[in-house]
Amino acid sequence: MTLTVSDLTVSRGGIAVLEGVSFELAPGRALILRGPNGIGKTTLLRTVAGLQPAVSGTVTAPEESIAYAAHSDGLKAMLSVEENLRFWAQVFGQSNIDTAVQAFDLTDLLERPAGTLSAGQKRRLGLARLLVTGRAIWILDEPTVSLDAHSVARFADAVRRHLADGGSTLIATHIDLGLDGDELDVGPFKASGSRPDPNGFDESFL
Amino acid sequence: MIALLTRDLKLAIRAGGGFGLGLAFFLIVVILVPFSVGPESGLLSDIAPGVLWLGALLACLLSLDRILALDWEDGTLDLMATSPLPLEGVVTIKALAHWLTTGLPLVIAAPLFGLLLNLPQAGYPWLVLSLAIGTPALSVVGTFGAALTVGLKRGGLLLSLLVLPLYVPTLIFGAELARRGADGQATTTPMLMLAGITFGVIALLPFASALVLRVNLR
Repeated sequence: MTLTVSDLTVSRGGIAVLEGVSFELAPGRALILRGPNGIGKTTLLRTVAGLQPAVSGTVTAPEESIAYAAHSDGLKAMLSVEENLRFWAQVFGQSNIDTAVQAFDLTDLLERPAGTLSAGQKRRLGLARLLVTGRAIWILDEPTVSLDAHSVARFADAVRRHLADGGSTLIATHIDLGLDGDELDVGPFKASGSRPDPNGFDESFL
Repeated sequence: MIALLTRDLKLAIRAGGGFGLGLAFFLIVVILVPFSVGPESGLLSDIAPGVLWLGALLACLLSLDRILALDWEDGTLDLMATSPLPLEGVVTIKALAHWLTTGLPLVIAAPLFGLLLNLPQAGYPWLVLSLAIGTPALSVVGTFGAALTVGLKRGGLLLSLLVLPLYVPTLIFGAELARRGADGQATTTPMLMLAGITFGVIALLPFASALVLRVNLR
């Protein structure tokens, strides 16, 4: 379950933002992406997750191994916490949601409609979704937004357990999670100039 | 996939709008027609099949922009694209859920609305049959339009402009089938054409929808 990224160039809005990014993420390891706002961390993560095509370079990962979590949690306000979790568990072919509920302390909230949760509670539910996917490689984009210190610690525990179980994770974050992982500063990979993306011409018509 | 279908149906029922809105719109259109063309029953029964089909088509159009826009806004589509579900399957299920919440109620309520427009008695089974065969195509084509315009601000209007021309063949053969049925003429040709269009779009359009959705998710 090793994720290998080699010589990857990613573009946002038709302009290359990062180029020549290479790294390898082995099972049990965490890789933390650092870099200032707008450098292209989100774009890089979306490309690795397969949501957008790379301009050049390759992302190699075993099929169906990546779970992606970004700024929005994909929750339905009209469904209860339990229904939301069960839905994602079913989509990923899992049936057990108890571990995820306990890991993020959602037991008391199970019956509540997701629309009535606070921002931090929604975030916890969004992260609990990762546990019900059963996927090995977690790709997380600013996972701790709107979490309090206690919840951040819970999240860090969940990630540690995931790593101990042979999973791996690629995280873009600004805070120190206290994880035993490597750091990758994407600053040096900043694309030189605004070399237009070869697909950019098409994009303006799409 | 079944999980997605039950979730969409649950959302449609809880959030309202799904079942009620299209049906109420259909009812209002049908009620307005006698006011605009006059209450002469002969004239009404002549135009009834066409008006009922047009009303059903517009009622279908009303809820199209909700098919994918809500899932796009809250990030569900991104997560769905990285899940084991193929996007082709996702859009097919979305279209099915739309048909179950919009098309099917229209099919069931159509005889009642036919009564309001003095539809000839022989026309009722043909009206229901034509809607039952034709409305799935409306949902599938509509999902394609929704996939094209997902993520656009005010995409709803553009969606209508894109989708309405694509509805023309279904409207022609659907209304023709209902009209011929009401007049007691041969119905085989429009029925086969209508079924052909429906099965054709069901077979082909989900792939196109998934493709444009992938482009829009970038």
